[in-house]
Amino acid sequence: MSEFLTTSTGIALVILAQSLLLVVLLLMSLAVLLYADRKIWAAVQMRKGPNVVGLFGLLQSFADFFKYALKEIVVPAGADRVVYFLAPMASFVLAIMLWAVIPFGPGMVLADLNVALLYIFAISSLEVYGVIMGGWASNSKYPFLGSLRSAAQMISYEVSIGLILIGVIISTGSLNLSMIVLAQEGPLGLLHWYWLPHLPMVVLFFVSALAETNRAPFDLPEAESELVAGYQVEYSSTPFLLFMIGEYAALVFMCALISVIFFGGWLSPVPFLPDGMFWMFLKILVMFFIISMVKAIVPRYRYDQLMRLGWKVFLPFSLAWVVLVAFLAHFELLGGFYARWAVGG
Amino acid sequence: MTFFAFAFYLFAFCTLAGGLFTVIARNPVHSVLWLILAFLSSAGLFILVGAEFVALLLVIVYVGAVAVLFLFVVMMLDVDFTELRAGMTRYLPIGLLIGLVVLMQLAIAFGSWTFSEGVEARLRATAPVAVELQNTSALGMLLYDRYLILFQLAGLILLVAMIGAIVLTLRHRTNVKRQDILAQIYRDPAKSMELKDVKPGQGL
Repeated sequence: MSEFLTTSTGIALVILAQSLLLVVLLLMSLAVLLYADRKIWAAVQMRKGPNVVGLFGLLQSFADFFKYALKEIVVPAGADRVVYFLAPMASFVLAIMLWAVIPFGPGMVLADLNVALLYIFAISSLEVYGVIMGGWASNSKYPFLGSLRSAAQMISYEVSIGLILIGVIISTGSLNLSMIVLAQEGPLGLLHWYWLPHLPMVVLFFVSALAETNRAPFDLPEAESELVAGYQVEYSSTPFLLFMIGEYAALVFMCALISVIFFGGWLSPVPFLPDGMFWMFLKILVMFFIISMVKAIVPRYRYDQLMRLGWKVFLPFSLAWVVLVAFLAHFELLGGFYARWAVGG
Repeated sequence: MTFFAFAFYLFAFCTLAGGLFTVIARNPVHSVLWLILAFLSSAGLFILVGAEFVALLLVIVYVGAVAVLFLFVVMMLDVDFTELRAGMTRYLPIGLLIGLVVLMQLAIAFGSWTFSEGVEARLRATAPVAVELQNTSALGMLLYDRYLILFQLAGLILLVAMIGAIVLTLRHRTNVKRQDILAQIYRDPAKSMELKDVKPGQGL
């Protein structure tokens, strides 16, 4: 058995099993996070939230899953059938694919790529296809307009996300996520993490991540009350479910990414506690809680304000920050605060 | 067959099929989607030869940016491609002839192609040692140390092209109402608003 696992077929099978485990765990935790999201949202608005299915409504997400999965799939007349079904699959699969490079603990990563950040950037730049294809293939005016709107939004904020990531890459000298975490290790615990040297970028990245994943207050793609939802108007039952799970998977992925690149991944915030996976999960949950609160508290942006914020505020600011960090890191100013490649890479 | 060979044949087949269907697909949007498949599978081929940086750049630049623009344009334009294709059978023999001639020329050119003496040593001299460097840093060394001037010149040419495109398309329209965010932010409530205390039953 152990001999078989070292052959190329055996390794492929092991990778397959690991991927399957990751996907199953991810989908289960997404179900719970979805419930948590609705409960937090309800608590802010002084409602009860889901409380009927199961104890405290804990099984609400699973009930919703069966509701979506068992309903009839309605395909609009004149829709391009292949592209129509390709779109939700693309957005679901791409959102899940992103998780392959996230390190949950030391060595606990499915694919320890040297170019992990580039991979993340590549896959998340593909996510726009789900939106465009869905809007076009529905063969209807509102989804098409909605898809153009959302595609423009996702492309705009990708630019500033890329520039912010470059700042972190310069500080670490590596594109590998494990290296980025290790570069944040130090005797002072949480003061060594990148949130301190890259403080303005944490805020920018958080906002850009919200816009990139079409989350409130930038949820214009699904502004059901004033913009007639968007690219997913014509979708029902399972294809719609795939869009929704993909969106949540991308959102929780952004929480994980922020935890890794700015908040030290699996590192413990204080020196006297051991590092471990627990911290990573805790950080993801805290980030998710903040994002939930943002959804509950902040009103939706207007579309022109959204575009202006992306191109005229975030882009120049993050570009200037890249230049500044490159300068500080190259000359190792501020005691090597910005140049961590000697530590991790 | 090893897993590696299987992956190679899969990507190679997808690249060829994608390229073929890009040409023969009836719907232009389908053409672009097939093109994306071809891009993605050639990125897979790059990964198989160990050039992960180039592969991911291919995905980011071509699939993530260029093909999105293609898709936008093709979706928005109302081009009747069946009309464009109507004369295809008439011109097919001439097209095939031209293709054949080009193929023959390439065959003649590359058939007598020989490398000069010591070319391998010179190639090796420019490239950094692959074993101890990662893809990304090796490329960075070449672009930013050895070929810095050429690289910057290429960037300059692209910048000029971009400015040219903006100059050609920019129109200043005078009769459009524009929003001035700063003016809005700096408006003073005391100056733009007057509070009146209206007595009941009197009016202003």
